[in-house]
Amino acid sequence: MLEALSALLLLAGAGFYLAGTVGLLRFPDVYARLHALTKADNLGLGLTVLGLALQADSLAAALKLLLIWPLALAASATVSHAIARRAAGLGLKPWRPEEKRP
Amino acid sequence: MNLLLDGLLVLALLWSAWRALASPDLARAVVLFIVFGLLMALAWARLNAPDIALAEAAIGAGLTGALLLDALGRLQPGTGAPAPESPAQPPANRAGRRWTGSVALVAGLLAAALAYALFQLPAPTVRLPEQVAANMAASGVDHPVTAVLLNFRGYDTLLEVAVLLIALIGLLTLGPAAGRPAAPGPANPLLKALARLLVPLMILSAGYLLWAGAHRPGGAFQAGALLAAAAVLLHLAQLLPAWASPGRLLRLGLAGGFLIFLGVAAALLAEGALLTYPPAQAGGLILLIEAGLTVSLGLILAGLFLLFAGAEERP
Repeated sequence: MLEALSALLLLAGAGFYLAGTVGLLRFPDVYARLHALTKADNLGLGLTVLGLALQADSLAAALKLLLIWPLALAASATVSHAIARRAAGLGLKPWRPEEKRP
Repeated sequence: MNLLLDGLLVLALLWSAWRALASPDLARAVVLFIVFGLLMALAWARLNAPDIALAEAAIGAGLTGALLLDALGRLQPGTGAPAPESPAQPPANRAGRRWTGSVALVAGLLAAALAYALFQLPAPTVRLPEQVAANMAASGVDHPVTAVLLNFRGYDTLLEVAVLLIALIGLLTLGPAAGRPAAPGPANPLLKALARLLVPLMILSAGYLLWAGAHRPGGAFQAGALLAAAAVLLHLAQLLPAWASPGRLLRLGLAGGFLIFLGVAAALLAEGALLTYPPAQAGGLILLIEAGLTVSLGLILAGLFLLFAGAEERP
């Protein structure tokens, strides 16, 4: 039961990572790519960590695994904000669909 | 499954190393170098060498990456924007191509000779792992890597720390960094908040690594690297000013770890050989040395970054 739940969480996490990576490769500009990366990967990491915590040997190990998530959340939020701020400072305009269609 | 993972890791390592060397865009090369360092740390972890994995991630990828990014910021002042279409690669003429070809040939032959020599090596006559295992009880610690680094081969570590210190002194004698300083810009408030959240945790982790070094992977080098990373983070968030010219206290901190190490070595000279601890006191002495080294290594590694970050603030 626990194994199945853990496997389900890990698969869902992998799915989010895949979606985030596809977004990173396919989205048109830096803001959209950041959006795809941070949103999808943060959820993917959370699900992965949760899935691994269910298989941990001890409560302490599980809590250590779970601690990774908020730390990575804080770091990724800060980093993506810094990248977006830099991009805006350089004058990169967000992509608009009408500009794409000639 | 594991074979697949290791195979992918090897391919990713080779690919990132090749791209980091071959990329004409310096910013991309630096990012690929950091990626290479992280993959290398993973490879060490896969090889059951967590001590080296920790050091590689902290120093190889983290600090070196930060130094390279800093250097890049000084080379391309102001923007950090993707470089305009510059002719970074000169059109390859025939002589250049021949030169590249002969370098590749010599490097390939050297690699083949080294690989051949590796397989010709005689079996080692001294079984080092067994000797270490046999003497663990007298070492004062439970972790074989720490026992080798601080006890059985303590003089190697002593000289390593001396080399690091001399390197930093050499850098200090160079004076203010040449080139344009990176534009300071207003501090990112989010980065400030993150630094305030993370730095206490990093200091806590450094203390843990120092304490854990006695019986599991960890120790002074990893803890020092973590302290240095915390200092760099604080500086980037503009919470810690650059060390334009180190004061007396900072100089003492930089040299303190080495001085403690040297003092212990000098005090124990009566034992006969360099750094032969009496088994009863070995654990305490190693902890003392490692505590001093943690602070000093942290300051030295942070100094590589912070001493020159302040170049623009000097008169």
